[in-house]
Amino acid sequence: MSRLGNLGARLYRGEVGYDFVAKRKFWYAVSILITITAIAGLAVRGLNMGIEFKGGAVYTTPQTTVSASTAEEIAEETAGHDAIVQELGTGGLRIQVSGLDTKQANALKDEIAAGIDVPAKEITAELVGPSWGEQIANKAWTGLGVFMILVVVYLAFAFEWRMALAALIALIHDLTITVGVYALVGFEVTPGTVIGLLTILGYSLYDTVVVFDGLKEGSKDITKQTRYTYSEMANRSLNGTLVRSINTTVVALLPVAGLLFIGGGFLGAGMLNDISLSLFVGLAAGAYSSIFIATPLVADLKERDPQMIALRKRVLAKRAAAAAKGETPDGEALAEVPEGAAAAGVVGPRGRRGRPTEKR
Amino acid sequence: MAAPKKGRRPSGGQGRPGRALALILIAMVALTGGMFWSGHTTPRLGIDLAGGTTITLKAEAEPGKEDAVNETNMNTAIGIIERRVNGLGVQEAEVQKQGTDNIIVNIPKGTDEEQARQQVGTTAQLYFRPVVAVAASEPAAPEPSPSTGPSGSPSPSASPSGKGGTDEGDKATAPGSSPSPSATTQGRALTDALKKAPSPSGSPSGAPSPSGSTLPAPAVSPSADPATDAGLQAKFAALNCADPKQRSSVGKAAKPTEPTVACGRNGLGQWEKFLLGPSEVDGKEVDDAKGVLDSQRGIWIVQLEFNGKGAKEFAEITGRLASQPEPQNRFAIALDGEVVSAPSVDAAIPGGRAEISGSFNQESAQDLGNILSYGALPLSFEEQSVTTVTAALGGEQLRAGLIAGAIGLALVIIYLVAYYRGLSLIAILSLGASAVLTYTIMSLLGPAIGFALNLPAVCGAIVAIGITADSFIVYFERIRDEIREGRTLRPAVERAWPRARRTILVSDFVSFLAAAVLFIVTVGKVQGFAFTLGLTTLLDVVVVFLFTKPLMTILARGKFFGGQHPWSGLDPKRLGAQPPLRRTTRRAPAPIEPKEA
Repeated sequence: MSRLGNLGARLYRGEVGYDFVAKRKFWYAVSILITITAIAGLAVRGLNMGIEFKGGAVYTTPQTTVSASTAEEIAEETAGHDAIVQELGTGGLRIQVSGLDTKQANALKDEIAAGIDVPAKEITAELVGPSWGEQIANKAWTGLGVFMILVVVYLAFAFEWRMALAALIALIHDLTITVGVYALVGFEVTPGTVIGLLTILGYSLYDTVVVFDGLKEGSKDITKQTRYTYSEMANRSLNGTLVRSINTTVVALLPVAGLLFIGGGFLGAGMLNDISLSLFVGLAAGAYSSIFIATPLVADLKERDPQMIALRKRVLAKRAAAAAKGETPDGEALAEVPEGAAAAGVVGPRGRRGRPTEKR
Repeated sequence: MAAPKKGRRPSGGQGRPGRALALILIAMVALTGGMFWSGHTTPRLGIDLAGGTTITLKAEAEPGKEDAVNETNMNTAIGIIERRVNGLGVQEAEVQKQGTDNIIVNIPKGTDEEQARQQVGTTAQLYFRPVVAVAASEPAAPEPSPSTGPSGSPSPSASPSGKGGTDEGDKATAPGSSPSPSATTQGRALTDALKKAPSPSGSPSGAPSPSGSTLPAPAVSPSADPATDAGLQAKFAALNCADPKQRSSVGKAAKPTEPTVACGRNGLGQWEKFLLGPSEVDGKEVDDAKGVLDSQRGIWIVQLEFNGKGAKEFAEITGRLASQPEPQNRFAIALDGEVVSAPSVDAAIPGGRAEISGSFNQESAQDLGNILSYGALPLSFEEQSVTTVTAALGGEQLRAGLIAGAIGLALVIIYLVAYYRGLSLIAILSLGASAVLTYTIMSLLGPAIGFALNLPAVCGAIVAIGITADSFIVYFERIRDEIREGRTLRPAVERAWPRARRTILVSDFVSFLAAAVLFIVTVGKVQGFAFTLGLTTLLDVVVVFLFTKPLMTILARGKFFGGQHPWSGLDPKRLGAQPPLRRTTRRAPAPIEPKEA
């Protein structure tokens, strides 16, 4: 651990660093590939919608000696529909029948109770009409839209529009990946999934905000120096907050993992599992996107800013000059130079905008 | 939760860490005390954890009447459904509106779920049926029915209030008198009189109303002949309205075109049984109905207005009934098979406007008005979802959730201890403070706003462990960064705070925004999750500001942390701090924060 602490220190000082921003084309490509896979998966395989969206019934029975296959036969015979039966950790069964309306479902419950020899009263039933899911989905879309608008406005206000835009793209990226994973793996989409997915919104942004906050601070006086271009500064900030990002992500994932494995282990499928699964996938995607996508995007956008173009020119000119003098234009070497010296020894063209407004 | 502040003004808790700590500790003690004092020491559990049935209904407007799904109609519907569900003897059943067109009905365990569904899901069936016979239906000791008069002959003057006080309320409008405003405050008046509105000068309702039993009169019954139908007679004789079971099942399935038996309460709240003819006017024909105070007479009445078809039918039925002897001059307003009122008719009422007067008080008049107009509402409901959870499964899910939470918490603590060593103590104490606040507030919100902890809410609380711990990490990493720059602990703690504070506020605000949006736009289960998430995010801010930061400040003065012990998580060597001389920071030296000694 102390080694990680040391690494943290070296990351913080920029002694070691991973060039996330310079290699952004690679990460963009990775993300685009993932996104295409996700979309293709969605198009080809589609989402495995739970009965909450199709209408139907789910019965959870108490512990029973009847096997899953027998229960499946009973359910299919009675309902005239396909039934999916799972055994639960508790010894009970989870019987899922789609395409029923709520009235037929009740009769089925009695039949199943008789078939597997448990009192009907002890069977938990969830009956869903076919239009319920549509309603949930509509609300979810509304929520998604409202949230995105509000959060972009807020981030544009708290940071700046480029960061807001980058955060939004990262967010959409996370959602796409999560949905893609669901399509490809064939996990069932339930209201629990939707809850999880909507929560990712807040959570994925949490990570991004932590990184952006560091970036905003790191680049505060960027035009007053000529050692780093914006992209380089962004990369330094990113590295500086890397340990923090990793820690917050790990700590966020741990309880969710607890939910996922315990929820799954104890109850087979259910609300706990649905929420935590989508959270787990989404959180992991969120951590990835805040480091590999959001920050490089901000750098990309920022580099188009005239001020930053001017800065880049100055930095490159200075480096060229230094190279001509035979010094190494290496970042490591530069980092050793005390700050005062660097600030005093600014060479190269000084743009109007680059002039420090405040001497220190 | 505001936009990040730019300035580095000294934080509130910084100067007086003891005060902030004292504040939050007092809040925790007060909340815990309040929890025990109110007797709600555990959060109220939702149906999915405690067991029970949740029914989600969606209002559907009939074609051409799309604007019928509005707030007033929904509220009326909720009132009616509440009445129906509670009529089953359900305790603590909850009927809530959700979104614009959903009604959620929560029925705790131990209720007949199927019956509840039948009651809840159907549209109100409101019919106006002529009364053929009425009889008291007393509990336990059935009132010895003084069969005054041989069966078959109308007995208008059956034992008139011969049995003392109990019959006070039934005492009828004596001939010539205006409808008795007898001050019964409960139940519905059955001895109401129906009049043309605006009320004509008190043309009296003919006969005294019978108490005790009035045997069916084979009078000129309009349609069919319920009075001579032996099967129906037997049913009527066997019916005991004092029995809630019989009461809730009787008449429910009755077809409007056939005679039936039904129960209803009289002005004294006593149950009476009715033999009713086929429906003459459908409740749908009621255009409007409301309970109003008749200022002239100083009594509460119910005004009714029929649409064209209803008005015609109503004029017909009242014309015919008016000439009948008691009780056949009455007609029953039957809602879902229960007689909610059975006024007598004095005269034919043309024009579609009528009023019912009698022993109403404000509540009962408005109640009946609601019922009558609800029958006219074009709202029908569709069952969207019905979830029945057995208490056993609910308990299991709760246990699984708690175990998952405990494991998640343990994992987080292990990670924090391994990574932050001594600092994790502060994090764990803060998590504890957060847990105490969350638990007590949840427990108190149960009785206060009807908050019920459901499974998604448990999930939200577990996920919140991560959010809460994230804030500490942001702060701790900041402190460590300051130490890496060569600062000693106390300045590091103070300098790190304004920056960490900004990050925490911004990210918590985003989380809170997500929770708030989720809470506002969603339905059902999602709301519980969003609520918990929002609550814990707010509490996170409170805990970090009033607990973690002050605690950190105080502990930084101590030997263990202040001395940056190797196990404190703040050891400069382990953190790879640079000697101050070689400081490479690019930051302008921040204004020295006021140091608290």
